[in-house]
Order: sequence, then structure tokens, then C-alpha cells
Amino acid sequence: MTAVRERPAETRQLERVTIRFAGDSGDGMQLTGSQFTRTAAVFGNDISTYPDFPAEIRAPAGSLPGVSGFQLSFASTRIHTPGDQPDVLVAMNPAALKSNLGDLPAGGALVVNEDAFTPVNLNKVGYAGNPLTDGSLSAYHVFSVPISTLNARASEGLELTNKQVDLTKNFFALGLMFWLYDRSMEPTLQWIDEKFSKRPVIAEGNKRALRAGYNFGETTEIFHERYIVPPARLAPGRYRNITGNEATALGFVAASQLADRTLFYGSYPITPASDILHSLAAYKNFGVKTYQAEDEIAAIGAAIGASYGGALGITGTSGPGLALKSEALGLAVMVELPLVVIDVQRGGPSTGLPTKTEQGDLLQVMFGRNSDSPVAVVAPATPAECFDMAIEAWRIALKYMTPVAFMSDAFLANGAEPWAIPDPGDLPQIAVPNRTEKEGFYPYLRDPVTLARPWAVPGTPGLEHRIGGLEKSDVIGNVSYDPDNHHRMTVLRQEKIAGIAKDIPPLEVFGAPEGDLLVLGWGSTYGAIRTAVERLRARGLAVSHAHLRHLNPFPANTEAVVRSFRRVLIPELNLGHLQMLVRARYLIDATGYNRVRGKPFRIAEIEAEAERVLTGSVGSRS
Amino acid sequence: MTESTDRANGAAALPVLTRKDFVSDQEVRWCPGCGDYSILAQTQKVMPDFGYPRENIVFISGIGCSGRLPYYMNTYGFHSIHGRAPAIATGLKAARPDLMVWVITGDGDALSIGGNHLIHSLRRNVDLRIVMFNNRIYGLTKGQASPTSEFGKVTKSSPYGTIDYPVSPLAIALAAEASFIARTVDTHTEHIQATLEGAGRHRGSAFVEVLQNCNIFNDGAHREFTDREVRDDRMLVLEHGRPMVFGKERNKGIRLHGHQPEVVTIGENGITEDDILVHDETDPLIAFMLAHIYWPEFPVPVGIIRRISRPTHDELLSNQIEQAIAGRGKGDLAKLLASGETWTVEGDGS
Repeated sequence: MTAVRERPAETRQLERVTIRFAGDSGDGMQLTGSQFTRTAAVFGNDISTYPDFPAEIRAPAGSLPGVSGFQLSFASTRIHTPGDQPDVLVAMNPAALKSNLGDLPAGGALVVNEDAFTPVNLNKVGYAGNPLTDGSLSAYHVFSVPISTLNARASEGLELTNKQVDLTKNFFALGLMFWLYDRSMEPTLQWIDEKFSKRPVIAEGNKRALRAGYNFGETTEIFHERYIVPPARLAPGRYRNITGNEATALGFVAASQLADRTLFYGSYPITPASDILHSLAAYKNFGVKTYQAEDEIAAIGAAIGASYGGALGITGTSGPGLALKSEALGLAVMVELPLVVIDVQRGGPSTGLPTKTEQGDLLQVMFGRNSDSPVAVVAPATPAECFDMAIEAWRIALKYMTPVAFMSDAFLANGAEPWAIPDPGDLPQIAVPNRTEKEGFYPYLRDPVTLARPWAVPGTPGLEHRIGGLEKSDVIGNVSYDPDNHHRMTVLRQEKIAGIAKDIPPLEVFGAPEGDLLVLGWGSTYGAIRTAVERLRARGLAVSHAHLRHLNPFPANTEAVVRSFRRVLIPELNLGHLQMLVRARYLIDATGYNRVRGKPFRIAEIEAEAERVLTGSVGSRS
Repeated sequence: MTESTDRANGAAALPVLTRKDFVSDQEVRWCPGCGDYSILAQTQKVMPDFGYPRENIVFISGIGCSGRLPYYMNTYGFHSIHGRAPAIATGLKAARPDLMVWVITGDGDALSIGGNHLIHSLRRNVDLRIVMFNNRIYGLTKGQASPTSEFGKVTKSSPYGTIDYPVSPLAIALAAEASFIARTVDTHTEHIQATLEGAGRHRGSAFVEVLQNCNIFNDGAHREFTDREVRDDRMLVLEHGRPMVFGKERNKGIRLHGHQPEVVTIGENGITEDDILVHDETDPLIAFMLAHIYWPEFPVPVGIIRRISRPTHDELLSNQIEQAIAGRGKGDLAKLLASGETWTVEGDGS
């Protein structure tokens, strides 16, 4: 039995802590992680999170495929990633231990629910003996706690079934972590009251579980130390915690206000993009019109129809859905209507890894249509940046009358970070008026600067015209099979997209503008690359980082940037999509670092690869 | 002022439009003798009757010979991709409830590649008039079997006869709960006009099957019952509230024997007009029966088979928005961005 504490635990200050909660997919690990995250965020830490869950809603209990994890990092300094490895692993059963232990460094803390280490559960995942007693965990600080038993005792006297009591044990673990890191239980207690306002007994059970976990830490001597991570010195302002999908939804609502147009969102449910539909469907009082279509094609078709009528037409999906939308996206290219296609990428091909992250759709977005069919492509680098890039996507779509692909991924979509809430007055104005002037109107008469055609919407007297997927004659817009006209229109469509390069920010370089190595990335790999480059630079190495937010076209200075370094390393969660584009465009021997494990890069991986390239063992550009 | 004028922007003094106002400057390029010419002409002819200004009317089509029709209408037009016109029209109508939106499609476009969109636009009661040209063949791709081609039909893609059973377009529309379902014939100009008039004045999803001849790849597609000499005996022209009587002599009718329809002759075996089933556009069982009877067992029903009233997709969508605004106030972006838990970091001069 654990000894009762005789004197308070010592408190140590830490700069950064990474915790991973892991359990059965029915154990509430995502909830536990997100409750800790909001508590840390409201306390003022910088945070970064990485929810990692299976596609199965409830895989067989106690099995390896059913393990759900939530990793969060909180710090008193700016951080860019949810941490390579956890400092603390909370494992609610043997399956969670087995599938996560490999990530825990030697000396790391391991909190386990020893009640779950029954012969049946151990056997399910292939443990011959009990790792809690056979000495195999001697490299770690193991805190073996009978969480189920203690939690059940806390609920005694409440009218709850054994199953209901068992469902609260995640809050026991959360309470224990709150004690260990000296965090207030108040935000979670309030959340429980709101969440279960109609079921007070359930609320009481959860609150007792949380307090019991906290008090267990306080009163027993299992932990000799507790830890405090002071608030981060973020720039002054008002903050909230935000995931990429939330920021994406908010960004498009903001875009609709800034453009003074109705937001129409057509979508078909697909992981990991569905939350954007859920969010937007709730914003009806902003005039947002959402449409859960019968399929992916109808979703983009309806968005095109809405844009044709003068609304902000948006469709959102993931890789398999994007494949289905290809033909309609080509139509949007041909009729030159504004449109945004959100692609929250996941592991592929085909159904692939629905809940896991990947950057495998870049070339699909670039080239996955018949003929020369260019679209603009933007890619946010962090969850919060999804907000800014949503507005940017719409700015480009409206100004250039073009579809724009918005490339998010599962890691951005579900990961969270603090977000400095912007003042709507500081956001860019992106309104573009419709054509109403009858004099001199032709459907394909282009703006001389942007090459955009006029946006004449139905309801405008005197501008009645016909558009469609057949090639149209330049300027006049009638159906045309003229060979030279088709060549001219194909080139014009390409030039229009290429010309956007004059209208986007230059590619910024972090670190020196020239040197031995440039690490070039895009999308959600930002945090890992930036931290790796910070570490390499701190060691005196001539390494810089550049991160593309615009992938088609590239910023105008991209070639100058990549040519200013002896070597270029492009880490991607695919087998070399950006690498192929950069090599083709600039004839530069860029080296790829490619991993498709359904997980974000670790900082250490990129750091090590950069060192290998620097020492010339791979990828010399001589 | 007509009822439809009230619907169209409430404009008080609209210029009086004629058929010519709806004829575009584009040369019509269907094969000479094609049934589409007649459908186009009647469409242009009825268009002024709805009281919509020309700029508030949109024609959206898919791919196939029917897909060219929007080019010939002097309205807004969108010739989209194969099968997807109902999807595009749904988005347009959701964004712009003020517009009158027509979808022009064919049997392959609507029932094969675009079957899903047809079903779902109908079940949502999107306020569209979907006109499907049914020539029972793929014409634009030069003569392959379509979903309405008769079983065993020999075509380029089925040299030994097709082994696919045909679908009934009306039965599909009925299964999808379309609020207006009708059938008409390309050469019967007055009947097309009346049917398109009915569709144009309907609020909600209107589905019109036009039996159309392809004189190149499926000539005589419907000749057996549409030719002038035989049509009175082989087609049943429906009128709401009137008995289902047909025949040159107006002496044949449809009677229900139990739940089975049968063709009877008035004046034989003591049968009078009172025995004949009376058409009711709101009766689902009559609609089901009419969607399934066909030549040669029965006369082919034409006219409005079903017409009911229920809220449209755009009305329901707009109502939700109005209710959300009434309940929660008009959206305030600053408040939305700062929703959920927030915390403030004070400036510390560093």
C-alpha cells in the first residue's frame, strides 16, 4: 500500500513538459488531453497538441488497434511542436503501454492503471508476463496506481452502474496530472457541470473522480516532487486555444464578412475534414449556408453553383474526396469562377489511414485533372495560421476568379495552439464587386493586370451569357474549337495563376539569407523544422529555414532563396512532392527527407538528417 | 399582375417579353429532324408566361445532346459536366433563392452518371424544374444503350442485345418524393407547353420526362404510341379530377380491379364512366400506378402525374438562418473569434 504523505512534495520549476495520455478508444483520452490543454492554455503556457486516434470508433476493448492517444506539450517559452517524446506517459491499460512505450525515453515517467493489467488484458496484447512486476520497465520511473479501484471507491454511494463509474476513471488520471503539475481543477469542474447539467449524478461522479485523482497525489507519497511550468511570455493580447479545423472554419466566416458575401459550404462527411462542416453548420446567424451533399461531387458542384450565383462557394474534403472532385474542379478552372477547395490531408492512397496525417496530396492538387488545369494552392503551417490562410485563399479566388486549394492535414486539423485573437478591423478587405456595367461586357474579357474574367452573376440585367466546360473563344466566350484559340486560352489560364506570384509575400528565410543548408518545407512540418533549425543554428551551423505558404505559384523570390544555399533539404510527409516541384522548376538538386508513418516529424529526425546532408553523406549539390 | 409576377422580385412593371426575347444569338446545332428543336421552341415560348425578368432565369445542363440547350436560351446559362447539373443548380438556388432555375438533362445524364444527384435534388425538394429528354439512347456519343433502352436492344455497345433492364424515370422521381412529376412528348407541342407551364409555376422540385425522338441513333423511339394515327388509343392524357379516359372514341378507361389497374371499354359489360378511376395529383398510390404502366400492356400516361406542396430546400435553409438570427442575434465576428475560453497576456514591457 502506498504510504501516506508526511510532508508536502517539493516543487520544481520546468521550462517545458510533454504528457501523453493513452488508453482504449472508449476511455476518453481525447477528452482528458483536451481538458489538460485548456487548463494549461488558460494558465498562460504556450501549448501544442497532437491527438492520435484510431479510425475505429470502438475497436475491441484492450486491443492494440483500439489505442487512442493525446500528446500535449506546454511550456514557459515559445514552442512549435507537441514534443518529440513524452516526459510522462499515462497508460490506462497494457495495450496503451505496449503501443506507446517505444516513444518514452529512458528515465521518463510512466503512470499506469495497474488494475487494468489483468492476465486477460496482458494476454490480449501478447505480454507473456506482467511488465509491472517482471522488471522490464526498470529504465523508467514507474508509478503504478490502482486507478480503477480508487476511482470506484470515490463513487461509492452514487447511483451509478459499474460501467458508468469505470467511464470516469480518465478524470482520476487527469486529476492526478493536475496535482503533479500544480494546475487548478476549476476549469474542468465547470466544464463537467455544463456538460452534464441534465445528469447531475454523472456530473458528480466525474467531479469525484477528478478530485480523487488530485487528492491521491496530494496525500500519498507516490510522487516526491511536483512541477510547475510558469506562463509563457507570449505577445500581449487576448488568446484562445484553437485547432486547425476550428481556425479554418472561423477564417472562412471572416472571409465571408470581409468580402461581404454569403458563405456557402458544400461538403460530404469525411475524416479528418468533417469538423469544419460541423463548425460552419452552427454559424447560421452569420448567414452561413451549409449543405451536406449526397456525395463529394455534389458538394463541389453545389459550391460551384453558389459561386456562379455570387456567393463564396467552398467545399471541404480529404484526399479520397478530392479525387472524386477532380472533374468538377476542372470545370471551375474552365469557367473561371472563384472557389476554395479545402483538403485536410490524411494517409493514403485510397482509404489509407483516415485519422493519420500525411502530405500526400500536393501533386494531386497540382496535376490531378485532365489537361493543363492550374489552380492556386495555399498551405497553412500551423493550426492558428489556418485562419489567415483561409482569408488569403479567398482573396486570391476572388481577385483572380480561380479555384484555390487550401491544403491542411490531420495534424493541423486536430492539433491545437494558442491563438492571438485578431481584431476584425485589422483584417484585410477582400471585397471584389460583381460586373454590372453592360457596355463592353464580354464573359472572357480579362483584367489586363490580373487576367481575371468579369464575375457577372445571374440577376444582372443585360449581362445574360452562357458559360460551360467546353472551350470558349477568347474575350467573346462562345464555344470554340479553333486550334489557336485553345492554345491561347490554355496559356492564358496558366499565366493567370503564374501572375499571382507578383501579389503574394516573398518567401522569408529564418536564419541567414545564405549558407550551407536551407531546410525548405510546407504545411504542418513547420514546427519540427523550425525547432530543428533553431537547434542547429544554436550549435553554430549555417542552416536556415524557409516555409512555403503558397505552393502554386511559388513566391517570386523562391528561386533566389534556394540558390543562396549550398544544399537544400526538403522534409515532407510524402515521397517527395515539393522536392519534385522544386527540382523541376529550378533545376536544383534538392534532397528529400521523406517519411510516411502517419505521424508528424520529430524534431530530432530533421536535425539528424540536416546534419547528414551538411556533412555531405547525402544530397551534395556540387 | 399574375401570381408568378409576384414571385419574381415583386417587380411591378415588367416589360412584356415574347418568345423572341428568349432566343439567343447562337446557331442551333442539333441534327436536322431532332426532337430537341421542338422542346427548345416550346421552352422559349412558355418562358415569358412566368413573369420572371430574363436575367433572373438560369438554365443549367449536363452533357449530352440536351446539354446544348442553355446556349440557345437568351438567359443566364451554364453547360456543366456529365450528370452534375442538379448539384450545381442546388448550390445556385441555395445561394440565390430569387432565381428561377431550370435543369436540362437526358436519360443518360440524369439516370446513369447523374442518378445520385437527380434523386437527392428531388428528395430535398430543391426549387428546380428538371426537364429530362428521354430518347432511350446515348446520342452524343453515337448510339450506345442508355438506362432507359429497352431490354435486348441492339446498339453499338450491345451488339447481342442489352442485358440491362430499363428503369422508369417517373418511378425514380416518385421514389425520391419529387413534388411535381410529369411526362410529355416532343412532338405534341400544346402538351409540352402545358406541362412546362405547370412545371414553371410549381414551387419545389419539378421533374418532367419528355419522350424525345433521336432520328439518327434511335429513330422511332416512342413511335409506337406517339404517332398521330395511334396516339389517342395508346396514350392516356391525364387531367386532375377527371376520369382516366382515352381512345379515339373516348370510350376506353383505366379501372381498378382490386389494386390492379385494367383497361376497360365504356359501354361494354355495363361499364360506365363512373367506374373509371379519377386522376388525383396528390394521391401517392395513383402516382405509383401511373409511373409503372406502359405500352403495350397499357396506354402511356402523359401529363402531370403528381403535384403536391411542401416547403422547398431554399425556404427551409433561409428559415433556419432567420431563426438563428432571431434567436441569437446577427453574427458578430469579433465575438465569434473570441468565443470559448480566452485569456489575456498583459504587456510587460519586454
